Amino acid sequence: MTTQSVLDRQSIIVLLLLAAAAVLVPVLNGAVAPGSPFHLSDHLVPLLGKYVCFALLALSVDLIWGFCGILSLGHGAFFALGGYAMGMYLMRQIGPRGVYADPVLPDFMVFLNWKELPWFWQGFDWFPFAALMVLVVPGILAFVFGWFAFRSRVTGVYLSIITQAMTFALMLAFFRNDMGFGGNNGLTDFKDILGFPIQAASTRVVLFVLSVAALAGGYLICRWVVNSKFGKVLVAVRDAESRTRFLGYRVEHYKLAVFTLSAMLAGVAGALYVPQVGIINPSEFAPANSIEVVIWVAVGGRGTLAGPILGALLVNAGKTWFTGVLPEFWLFALGGLFVFVTLLMPRGILGAAKDLYAQAGQRLKPRPVSEPVSQAAE
Amino acid sequence: MSAPVTPALLYLDNVSVSFDGFRALNALSLAVDHAEMRAIIGPNGAGKTTMMDVITGKTRPNEGTALFEGSHDLTALDEAAIAELGIGRKFQTPTVFEMHSVEDNILLALKDNRSPLATLLSRRTARERERIDALLERVRLTAHRRRKAGELSHGQKQWLEIGMLLAQQPKLLLIDEPAAGMTDQETADTADLLRDIARTQAVIVVEHDMTFVRDLGVKVTCLHEGSVLAEGTLDAVSANERVVEVYLGR
Repeated sequence: MTTQSVLDRQSIIVLLLLAAAAVLVPVLNGAVAPGSPFHLSDHLVPLLGKYVCFALLALSVDLIWGFCGILSLGHGAFFALGGYAMGMYLMRQIGPRGVYADPVLPDFMVFLNWKELPWFWQGFDWFPFAALMVLVVPGILAFVFGWFAFRSRVTGVYLSIITQAMTFALMLAFFRNDMGFGGNNGLTDFKDILGFPIQAASTRVVLFVLSVAALAGGYLICRWVVNSKFGKVLVAVRDAESRTRFLGYRVEHYKLAVFTLSAMLAGVAGALYVPQVGIINPSEFAPANSIEVVIWVAVGGRGTLAGPILGALLVNAGKTWFTGVLPEFWLFALGGLFVFVTLLMPRGILGAAKDLYAQAGQRLKPRPVSEPVSQAAE
Repeated sequence: MSAPVTPALLYLDNVSVSFDGFRALNALSLAVDHAEMRAIIGPNGAGKTTMMDVITGKTRPNEGTALFEGSHDLTALDEAAIAELGIGRKFQTPTVFEMHSVEDNILLALKDNRSPLATLLSRRTARERERIDALLERVRLTAHRRRKAGELSHGQKQWLEIGMLLAQQPKLLLIDEPAAGMTDQETADTADLLRDIARTQAVIVVEHDMTFVRDLGVKVTCLHEGSVLAEGTLDAVSANERVVEVYLGR
């Protein structure tokens, strides 16, 4: 039978690499002396942590796009909502240490002359509640959005356009001061998380390790989902949606389930991202961000789960390097990369690598004994 | 609804469908019995595919009645619900899940709980395996079980799709042009297979290939411009003046 175990060879490699990162980064940062060429400087740790969060976001997009054919151009919205939920917790932790020293209200509310905390900010001073909201808020939005979109059988490019419209609408809404999320400036100036100072090198190392753990967990969940019979139905929907319907599957329920799960993964990625970059503002909802995620997935290899992780890490490392050396040309490079991959490596880096590997294997192996003569009607 | 209003398995009465003023089905009436095989013939645009669309819930008729087992109103149900009732459909061009292996195609079609939670937690059972083995044997694809369905030949895909249909254990199979693109030998084998299926399940076959229809040796319905032109044995239908005029040609 073709059911693979969750721990196939690819998964083991991914998990080993992630484990290595989770060990190496703290060691190179903390245990190696700052003068040594192997020392990882403090400012690189949150940068790497940021890449890992992006990798989790890319993974969540691959789950729906690579396996179910749902091309979301608005996944940045779920990422940002998870980030805002975490940001609200961090804002409440500031307490009286803000510029206006109000024990309850965040600075921007004092500045806007608000007298009391809006209802939707209640509870966010308690970490477990905020952590729950990191999952629930993106999940509910995805569920409601998907409920209407999938039930009306909106598919393909039309669905992509409305996901893009969704994130754009949210961006405009979050820019408004009276939304109560800090408007243009967003949420920032965080002090500590669960009592640990957020700027401290040790906190950043822990956040990095947690991000890697979340990525590994997300990867395992996705692998389990796509290897199950549920995952086979997703691929069936991707390749022949109406055939799947005529087999008796409620396609909209499958899409809704996987879309909601994916949004929750994106929310977790956003929540881990915010304490490491120290700010969340409405620009995270920008449509271009969501499109960039799709590029990471395409570059790494759609429908492979491991590929998007690789794609997100490579493209973002490239971005950091490029924007330092030739800042004006980064967008051209990104666009060129996308065109290059689409034309020459339609299955992404991982797909191309697998093809090469298979070809090499063919050449090295002696010719296989001819296939058993088919007994089909021929 | 309570008491069946008709003993027929499938009962269409006065069904009409129009698309932008074009009447694809025009007061079509048709009844198919339990374990009956029926061949549907007719020129292009006669409404054969639209009729299948109505039966499987893809298209809602503008008027008319469509009943399954005398009590289920097909016009009020969606594709998934109709498939669950026991109507399976094979498309004109073979539609299989090309990226899945042959046995996974059968697995997905096996009659089972179709809810997302059930499939997420489902475990492969020995009984399932036996069912898959038996079905692969029946459609002669055992040797190809691990290949991707996309790699199969056209005829093999047609057979795989019939295998998927059987896996659903439907009470009624709708089969659109099963012999299209097949060699003579494959066509004859397909006719054998369908006759075998029809011993236990009702089958509606849409086909253009008259030799194939003759091979089946069943009651024939000829459609024209969205309604039934003639019905009866193939000989009677082919002798019908109007059928000769619009379809068979002189």
